[in-house]
Amino acid sequence: MPLDQSFVGRSYPPTAPYEVGREKIREFAEAVGDANPAYTDPEAAKALGHPDVIAPPTFVFAIAFRAAGQVIEDPQLGLDYSRVVHGDQKFAYSRPVRAGDRLSVTSTIETIRSMAGNDIMDVRGEIRDEAGEHVVTTIIKLVARAAEEG
Amino acid sequence: MVAKVAYDAVEVGTELPAQSFPVTRETLVRYAGASGDFNPIHWNERFAKEVGLPDVIAHGMFTMAEAIRVVTDWAGDPGAVVDYGVRFTKPVVVPDDGAGAVIEVSAKVAQKLDDEARTVRVDLTATSGGQKVLGMSRAVVRLA
Repeated sequence: MPLDQSFVGRSYPPTAPYEVGREKIREFAEAVGDANPAYTDPEAAKALGHPDVIAPPTFVFAIAFRAAGQVIEDPQLGLDYSRVVHGDQKFAYSRPVRAGDRLSVTSTIETIRSMAGNDIMDVRGEIRDEAGEHVVTTIIKLVARAAEEG
Repeated sequence: MVAKVAYDAVEVGTELPAQSFPVTRETLVRYAGASGDFNPIHWNERFAKEVGLPDVIAHGMFTMAEAIRVVTDWAGDPGAVVDYGVRFTKPVVVPDDGAGAVIEVSAKVAQKLDDEARTVRVDLTATSGGQKVLGMSRAVVRLA
């Protein structure tokens, strides 16, 4: 049963703010082995023109993906998550995510396509700070592989 | 934002310093904790094999995080990255053999986009075990 095209354009309510912590950024930078001081040293980040430590470019994925759970788990959409793989990932930044940000995500189903029995869905996440300013847009492409003939 | 590379100093074809990133089971456990992605295909060999994978595989987002380091280390300021996208083409298989896997990343300037904004497009190539693991891997970077 292909996904219902009428869900294209559907937006979900903005998420409660996620507060970006310095130590969470440090933990992530250490986990990817990245010693860039802009992630851990506020003075180094300031020397680059940032008000506080910034997060590595892909840090924000976890926040966007959690928000996309509203789409993935929407019973009306009926996505079979056990068949889903992450196809593509994109980020478009207005500015880097930084410590102290309180980020809210609005998820929208951007496209739904059906190819060779696979459902391919792009979920866009518009991520804004507490002032409502745009920080980053994420596009998560999910591919639900065709169910096996049984 | 203060990238340490000048727009005028790069040309189409300029190569960024390539890097190799080792990945072991410990790396994946650590990344799972930091990212909150606890899918067992990234740490449980029995589960990974049950769902048809050759072995435990790295998080695609881990590979994506490593690949952009070639760009952020080159640019100096990670905030210079204004756009980044990849396609996950093949998994990075991480055996429990004491050695793990290695992700090899190279990159070059593919296009000078905007003389005013001083943005360039960088195309990345990421391989592991001789297989291309990312496709359509591109970043837009604002240079000095």
